[in-house]
Amino acid sequence: MKARVVVTLKSGVLDPQGKAIEGALKSLGVEGVSSVRQGKVFDIELEAADGEAATQTLRDACEKLLANMIVENYAISYE
Amino acid sequence: MSRPLRAAVVLFPGSNREGDAARALRQATGEAPAIVWHDEHALPAGTDLVVLPGGFSYGDYLRCGAIAGRAHIMDAVRTHAAHGGLVLGICNGFQILCEAGLLPGVLMRNSERRFICKMQHLRVESNATPFTRRYQSGQIIKVAIAHGEGNYMADSETIAEIERDGRVAFRYCDAQGHVGGPGNPNGSMNDIAGVYSAGFNVLGLMPHPENLIDPLVGGVDGRPMFEGLAAA
Repeated sequence: MKARVVVTLKSGVLDPQGKAIEGALKSLGVEGVSSVRQGKVFDIELEAADGEAATQTLRDACEKLLANMIVENYAISYE
Repeated sequence: MSRPLRAAVVLFPGSNREGDAARALRQATGEAPAIVWHDEHALPAGTDLVVLPGGFSYGDYLRCGAIAGRAHIMDAVRTHAAHGGLVLGICNGFQILCEAGLLPGVLMRNSERRFICKMQHLRVESNATPFTRRYQSGQIIKVAIAHGEGNYMADSETIAEIERDGRVAFRYCDAQGHVGGPGNPNGSMNDIAGVYSAGFNVLGLMPHPENLIDPLVGGVDGRPMFEGLAAA
């Protein structure tokens, strides 16, 4: 199975990189952008045969390493 | 303690301040510390103090300190700390301690986004710990900072708890000792530069006391930390 994990900052956590990108877009003349938040994408191939086992593995991966649960959330999706 | 303090400096791929930490420890204790590779499963027998040095462990991949915080040696460091052993994490070492769950909170990107490398004043909050016993409570010291991710953040309950228990070790301040405002270089909550564990045996701080131990390089305000530890 192929999965995609997206890790994003929790709302309210300051994201200086997102702010810088937002500013750069404005200076490039890209209009209509009200805010930018930067996150991380992990494309993961899994040995698991079924969705439940895969989700368990990915939750484990996120909570042990991929996300810092103090300031980040994660979302799992499958191709 | 009748014998000299036995210190161990943990070396991760990408550490770069281990030599500075070792020099400061040697100056204070008279003995060179053990250098321990991150993939080891145990600390040298009789280790009193573990130092996690500054640097860019694993190239800061994923998050600063995230991968190092899960290295084999960290299980031994966790056990050492649980038995009351002393642990000092400096800069990347502080980030590693937070990622390993040995200290609360997280170090985020500096609020102004820049890597900051400069001299910085700190207020020593209390001298009641092995790390600060050779300072005065409220003393203003001048040490170096060099980091891109030193913006200390934790949820409001955690901040309230560490403030209530007196676990803030150092706060950023200006030369006159004023805390708050422009003395804070990186946006850290409550101007926090260093934090203790609940047992006060684990300290993480972003500034580099190990770099201020020789008048030749601009000051000796870091020396009392290592002298205090040597007297532990």
